[in-house]
Amino acid sequence: MTQLPKLTDEALLERLQHAAFGYFLQTVNPVNGLVADTSRDNSPVSIAVVGFALSAYPVAVERGWMERTDAVQRSLAALRFFRDSDQSGSPTATGYKGFYYHFLDIHTGARVWQSELSMIDTALLIVGVLTASMYFTADTPDEIELRELADFLYLRVDWCWAQGDGGTIKQGWKPESGFLHYGWEGYSEAIVLYVLAMGSPTHSITGDCYAAWTATYQWENLYNYDYLYAGPLFVHQFSHAWIDLRGIRDSFMREKDSDYFENSRNAVHIQRRYTRLNPHEFVGYDENCWGLSACDGPTDEQPDVFNEARRLFGYAARGVPYGPDDGTLSPSAVLGSLPFAPELVLNAMRNMLLRYPQMLTDDRLSSSFNPTVGASDEQPWVSAGHYGLDQGIVLLMIENHRSQFIWQLTSGCRYISDGLQAAGFEGGWLRQGQPEGAC
Amino acid sequence: MSPFDATLTTPQDAYEEKRLADLHPQSWVNPKPADNYALIIVGAGSAGVAAAELAIAMGVKVAMIERHLIGGTCLNTGCVPSKALIRTSRLYAEMRDAARYGAKVPDNIEVDFAAAMERVRRIRGHLSNRSSVRRLAALGVDLFFGNVRFAGPDTLMVNDQKLRFGKVMIATGTRPHIPTIPGLREAGFLTNANVFNLTELPKRLLVIGGGPVGCELAQAFRHLGANVTIVQDKPLFLEKEERDAAQILSDAFARDGLEVRLNTQVTAVRVENGCKLVDLISADYRSTIEVDAILTGVGRAPNVQGLDLEAAGVKYDAATGIAVDDFLCTSNPRIYAAGDVCLEEQYTDTAAASARIVVHNALMRGNMRFSKLVIPWCTYTDPEISHVGMYVREANRKGIPVKTFTVPMHQIDRAITDSEEIGFVKIHIRDGTDTILGATIVARHAGEMINEITLAMVADIGLCTLAKVIHAYPTQAEAIREAAKAYVRTRITTRLRARLQRWLAR
Repeated sequence: MTQLPKLTDEALLERLQHAAFGYFLQTVNPVNGLVADTSRDNSPVSIAVVGFALSAYPVAVERGWMERTDAVQRSLAALRFFRDSDQSGSPTATGYKGFYYHFLDIHTGARVWQSELSMIDTALLIVGVLTASMYFTADTPDEIELRELADFLYLRVDWCWAQGDGGTIKQGWKPESGFLHYGWEGYSEAIVLYVLAMGSPTHSITGDCYAAWTATYQWENLYNYDYLYAGPLFVHQFSHAWIDLRGIRDSFMREKDSDYFENSRNAVHIQRRYTRLNPHEFVGYDENCWGLSACDGPTDEQPDVFNEARRLFGYAARGVPYGPDDGTLSPSAVLGSLPFAPELVLNAMRNMLLRYPQMLTDDRLSSSFNPTVGASDEQPWVSAGHYGLDQGIVLLMIENHRSQFIWQLTSGCRYISDGLQAAGFEGGWLRQGQPEGAC
Repeated sequence: MSPFDATLTTPQDAYEEKRLADLHPQSWVNPKPADNYALIIVGAGSAGVAAAELAIAMGVKVAMIERHLIGGTCLNTGCVPSKALIRTSRLYAEMRDAARYGAKVPDNIEVDFAAAMERVRRIRGHLSNRSSVRRLAALGVDLFFGNVRFAGPDTLMVNDQKLRFGKVMIATGTRPHIPTIPGLREAGFLTNANVFNLTELPKRLLVIGGGPVGCELAQAFRHLGANVTIVQDKPLFLEKEERDAAQILSDAFARDGLEVRLNTQVTAVRVENGCKLVDLISADYRSTIEVDAILTGVGRAPNVQGLDLEAAGVKYDAATGIAVDDFLCTSNPRIYAAGDVCLEEQYTDTAAASARIVVHNALMRGNMRFSKLVIPWCTYTDPEISHVGMYVREANRKGIPVKTFTVPMHQIDRAITDSEEIGFVKIHIRDGTDTILGATIVARHAGEMINEITLAMVADIGLCTLAKVIHAYPTQAEAIREAAKAYVRTRITTRLRARLQRWLAR
């Protein structure tokens, strides 16, 4: 483990990526293809993590980590499960209107934790489904079924319904109380959600809805970078993991003469600047040790005790520069920025691995660490186990950096390019048209 | 009955005696009315007093009518007492936080709540001088106490006395809006109107509503040692403010140990064994909390009832108040309105500014527009949140290209030396120009800092000029100049690059 930082870039990335893939093998229920949210005991399924898994299998086949037939069977298991799942929207169903509850029981697939029907997590699942269908294009009964299922699941999602009576897409819905009464405000990871919703031949929303969302953006000059602001790093990564946003621009980015890829690079610079300034004087922070994002944390919250003063948070979307910031950093959020600023990310990754090797178990990055509240400077607090979203973003972004493989797959998907165009994206690879065999 | 409810009255001490002597002396006898008044002012709050002062200075005969106390909400139950209380609460918070400043945390910090409230009453009594009956009468205002109702388009009644007017300005202000929650009235509750009468700290306080008043008082009571829970039905506090501002405040509340329940509604209140049990619902999650006092901070209701506005042909709405045009004229051309009773922006200085507009427009056939005012405001939490002008979402809605120059306070030396590095200055400009559209400041002293930007906006000063203004070093207001300098840097880069390219192309 301690040798890791000394490997070549390619060898280091191969190790980390392969280890990240191991998460999906370790936590999947092979019967229904569902994958656990975390590696901790009794973890439920996160539907977004299933989306990452479905995108990871093609990578694994290409990298020789998995047989193609095995990958097809795992993917089919998940797709068949979702096809057959209870879509009644009852409190113990799996989904409603083609969307799915955020957290499911790994054995039965029923909703758990009274979780919400999640629009963004469904989008992350569905984009994974479409990614799989773009890879498994062989003329075999299984792969044909896989593609048909992918189409069926995508076309079933009623994106229009998810607008409720508002201008933008709602964040969620619960059978007990209806739509959560807040929508998307400000730049977020929702580009992929809007693109899928606009590309749908069956239930597409209009461009007005996208414009209503981008009207809540904040274009800021911060630390001398012009920047579409979003605090947590994952926001600058999740849509980008699937969609190649290099050089293509919507109306907002045309007006600002930037694009979402460049913006994610600026997010790296801003994180580095913030951790160098280190306003709260946390241990470890510097320009090669950053990564404020949504992650687990060393909460000091007492169960069943209210009103206690708190400086530490549990799982929270930590952000720059306005916080929350409790000294907790997410290493996978650093690696998730790899395609945007490879040199800066690799420098930071090596530095962080050298200084805090405890963040790595089985070559896999923990959700987060916090040197300020550790036993000593060299013994940070480390989040137990692993989180599926972290492993997913690491795997996909390393792949995009190494080969642009995921981007190549999705750029061939007609639904995605149609959605991008409906959102007003132009230029770059969109101008060149899609390859044959688009889904 | 609980000691924390509507029956609570102001302690009758020397301060209270002085305040009443200043603001509504028992011995006051209404003057004999003149035959006709050029201007009658209904309501002697911030707007009323400002209008009276200006009209008198212009040599106009003025009558002013007040139902209760001169000075209105601001002096009696609003800004003045709340800021006085917040100062004491901040001191206790700083005592507990002394180690952060390299100072020794005092042993056994014990909050003397009664003393804090006595100080509130003393300061309120001290400030009541300025709007005292004697002073206004000495200026030449005919001051009437009593109930007002309109008896026709040019006549109104004060108690049983008839007053004729050329013009009227209605500035009756607002009162706390009491939410309709089953059991709330029976259980008893506090509002800003009686919370400053407390002499005993409620150990457990529920604050309904996460708006400015709710947030300020919740944090102040928390700093004074109460266990405070804020219940807010929206997903954020201060929904009008930028979400980053609300985010920072949310962290500050966590730091303070203030419990916040967002997306939550109060469904019912019950009293059992002297305690108030409050039922809450958040989406589908139901819970009950036990408290000693409930403070409602939600919204204000305009004082439009009982005025017989119909008799004067003045249109109004029970929720939004008196309808006025941009010149603050009502549907009766002889009657104007000013202040909270007709404005969405319910701030003391805005009320006074609107009253001056009314005096100009009503008496001098002026055509001053309310919409031309540049209105700053501030929520006095720690950190404070202040704002002036447009929000980004407003600019986006109007199709104005907007860009924000942001300077976190942690970049400012004085904020760091004072351990007050939480917050930011954000200045919104029309993209492509240096014209300031608006600004939000979150900082320990954001209320003081916003004034510089307000001045710049009123005087049409852009970021280029602000960048040239040397600020005393080290001060926290340097953050404003840093934002302006960041703008200038973006300009220089573009220009230099173009010049260099031209030179290279030769």
